[in-house]
Amino acid sequence: MTTYLLKGARILGGAPADLLIRDGVIAEAGPGADPAGAEVIDADGLVALPGLVDLHTHLREPGREDAETVESGTLAAALGGYTAVHAMANTEPVADTAGVVEQVWRLGREAGHCDVHPVGAVTRGIEGAQLAELGAMADSAARVRVFSDDGHCVSDAVLMRRALEYVKAFDGVIAQHAQEPRLTEGAQMNEGVMSARLGLSGWPAVAEEAIIARDCLLAAHVGSRLHVCHVSTAGSVEIIRWAKSKGWQVTAEVTPHHLLLTDDRAGTYDPIFKVNPPLRTGEDVTALREALADGTIDCVATDHAPHPVEAKETEWSAASMGMIGLETALPVVQEAMVETGLLDWAGVADRMSVRPARIGRISGQGEALTVGAAANITLYDPGVRARVDPAGFASKSRNSPFAGLDLPGRVVATFLRGRPTVLDGKPA
Amino acid sequence: MVNAAPTPAQPSAAPGDGRHGGHDGGHKAVLEASDIRRALTRIAHEILERTKGGGDVVLVGVQTRGVTLARRLAERIGEVEGTSVPWGSLDVTMYRDDLRLKPARALGRTELPAGGIDGRVVVLVDDVLFSGRTVRAALDALSDLGRPRAVQLAILVDRGHRELPIRADYVGKNLPTSIRENVKVMLAEVDGHDAVLLGPAAASGPRHGGGVRTEVK
Amino acid sequence: MKRHLLSAGDLGKDDALLILDTAEELAQVADRSIKKLPTLRGRTVVNLFFEDSTRTRISFEAAAKRLSADVINFSAKGSSVSKGESLKDTALTLEAMGADGVVVRHNASGAPHRLANWVHGSVVNAGDGTHEHPTQALLDAFSMRRRLGNLEGRRVSIVGDILHSRVARSNVLLLHTLGAEVTVVAPPTLMPVAVDAWPCEVSYDLDAVIPKSDVVMMLRVQRERMNAAYFPTVREYSRRYGLNGDRMGRMPEDSIVMHPGPMNRGIEIAAEVADSQRSTIVEQVANGVTVRMAVLYLLLGGSESALGGAVPVPATASAAVSMERDA
Repeated sequence: MTTYLLKGARILGGAPADLLIRDGVIAEAGPGADPAGAEVIDADGLVALPGLVDLHTHLREPGREDAETVESGTLAAALGGYTAVHAMANTEPVADTAGVVEQVWRLGREAGHCDVHPVGAVTRGIEGAQLAELGAMADSAARVRVFSDDGHCVSDAVLMRRALEYVKAFDGVIAQHAQEPRLTEGAQMNEGVMSARLGLSGWPAVAEEAIIARDCLLAAHVGSRLHVCHVSTAGSVEIIRWAKSKGWQVTAEVTPHHLLLTDDRAGTYDPIFKVNPPLRTGEDVTALREALADGTIDCVATDHAPHPVEAKETEWSAASMGMIGLETALPVVQEAMVETGLLDWAGVADRMSVRPARIGRISGQGEALTVGAAANITLYDPGVRARVDPAGFASKSRNSPFAGLDLPGRVVATFLRGRPTVLDGKPA
Repeated sequence: MVNAAPTPAQPSAAPGDGRHGGHDGGHKAVLEASDIRRALTRIAHEILERTKGGGDVVLVGVQTRGVTLARRLAERIGEVEGTSVPWGSLDVTMYRDDLRLKPARALGRTELPAGGIDGRVVVLVDDVLFSGRTVRAALDALSDLGRPRAVQLAILVDRGHRELPIRADYVGKNLPTSIRENVKVMLAEVDGHDAVLLGPAAASGPRHGGGVRTEVK
Repeated sequence: MKRHLLSAGDLGKDDALLILDTAEELAQVADRSIKKLPTLRGRTVVNLFFEDSTRTRISFEAAAKRLSADVINFSAKGSSVSKGESLKDTALTLEAMGADGVVVRHNASGAPHRLANWVHGSVVNAGDGTHEHPTQALLDAFSMRRRLGNLEGRRVSIVGDILHSRVARSNVLLLHTLGAEVTVVAPPTLMPVAVDAWPCEVSYDLDAVIPKSDVVMMLRVQRERMNAAYFPTVREYSRRYGLNGDRMGRMPEDSIVMHPGPMNRGIEIAAEVADSQRSTIVEQVANGVTVRMAVLYLLLGGSESALGGAVPVPATASAAVSMERDA
């Protein structure tokens, strides 16, 4: 295995240091590491972060390989600086059995671009009626700890309570897609000034907030872990802040797009901006950024949701919901959080690597870049700025809402347990 | 949009005011108010003569200055003959063959006298006869409005350069011009004073490619 | 330069008045024995209707034909392909046919906006979902102007299912542009949540508004709304928000009653009101052809659209970019 010396890297944005990577771990860290026999990578001016961990990725395989595969999705992840992703369960067939989660897990290992941790469905077929075999998935080779019906809300309060209770046996967590179904029937975009103007059915903030409030209370009542997927409203932030103040085991994520874009984007009716939960208002974006900064929201999760061209080249109401985000997540977070002074690079590492790894209960990821730690490292150049062009993405899909925006930063290299998956911004 | 923005700070006593025979942006007055008055009087007499007293004449002015001239001619005929000649206005925009060369224009009013034009002698009235295309459009428009017994054409200035087999029956003044020149008819009702100005064409491309409306007459 | 008419909000005051003035001149054509102008000879207008609306389609068809355009009626309803694919595919078909103008009716809000990205011709929104119906607003304004004169300061009340009404959206925008004072009247359930951002007044009380209205425009209310709990019963709706003879009697002298049709007689409007002297409902139909002629002429008649001279740039264009640094 090649030994690498990352020369002059700024660990978490700190003073320049040399990182020696040998046998999959960080062998030396600090100025003046011994370069003998090592391949030297000039990391002057680059920020070294622990490899990013995504709690919320749609890899689409099995079932929708036209939109993404484990191979293409994990390569996109690596290019975005990720060393681990959680593959959402809403595939075809649904990842609701040990067989399917093991298949996805194995595909991830074969691809080798980053670790793939399958998320198990909470209910069979994501139909919200009957619990899936959560224990079997937990005990499988994939060692599933995160369970989610993402795309659908576990709206039945009893089912949600049981799921929260049941996963306590193996320290699992229920990642809830908070969307009250009756309040969002036919909903197309955030309910507000824009939806009223555009004549698109409104998606009220309360539909998200009511479920989050209920689930926080349920999690407290049964003493289990709740993770709230893609928080999108200021009201949700308030509820989570309150739940955390009680000491309840509630964590939450926010997507890059909810940190940057608002529902004004729907004005062109271009469904590239159609997503679930919908883009919200400027006030919501401000609240989400503040919540991520103060830790109320624990982490950034991409909700990378690839769709084929035809799913978006259509009228708004017929279009699929979702955006890809793996390859732009770090630049968007830099733009929304670092450039604004809300987070430093240590904060970014915490929100994009440390905390998501902890929530997902995965070991060897999200660790501090110290001697002896697994060499999962992202080298990032925050000093460049470029226009986003999805044509160059590794993802099989092109539905990026950031296309055409000028964003800072570039992932230069990604190391997975000492092996480069990305070098010089290209697949290694 | 249709109308060009008015030139800012146009001096109120225009240097090109025809009464002074001056110049207006390189335009010189070739007809002054008195010339126009005399020309119209003569045309009025000619119409009466050619139509044997003008009994079944309807004067139809082509928008916009042709309408003013038609009204003046009607008054003149009334003064001469003591009878009133019906007159109306015709907007030929929708019949033009150069519509696709410019943005769509605002429409003028088409208003025919109550008696209509069926069986009457229609005298079309316009300010400048140039290519003949406006008259062609006017003839098409008339045929959609009724069936005159005859159509004649009265024109204040014939500047030549016909592109269609059309000629005027009544001409106020034949004005030999270069194709590069521009003829501007100013009428008190529209422009504040009477004059016919001759000057270099506005530097706006080919002959039918836009610019001053009178250019494509 | 705007080549399309997608929203009444696209029209500045000059544009709106140009259309109405043009329509005024074109209205004469309807009274002639030869109701045809050669203006759009050689141009092709496609009526692309994804939703049944015989009235609107016929109105556009008559307008295009009176301008001598070639008209192709393309009814895409019931097509076996999925909705999304058929819109894009249809656009490509239209391109192949060389359509100069595309009049589109679609059940999805914003479909005309999407179409405008895919075709070279001018797109005219003939009603999209619950978004807008700009030519309906133009013909309504034209009808009002013919009855009342200048709309500046006129008080117009729009009554009914504001939430789902494309007619209401377009009318609020256009009438505001033209200087009218608009009030929307509906039960709170049928009002958009952010209606206070609209350039109009909001009322839940028809009786309070009636005596102060120069125009009362009644919107069709659909019975299925009752099942979605927007109101308890049709009878209660009719009692609180229907225009009956008694209410009409309390309208100011010379005020008028409008309805974009098709009407639910006995629900939002009583028969005696619909057939009264105040009603402009029949004129609205005739005026529809005239106004649509004006729109087609101004969009297609010249080398480029005559509309769009002074439209303020919508605030949406760079919203996200400005968001980037605001926290």
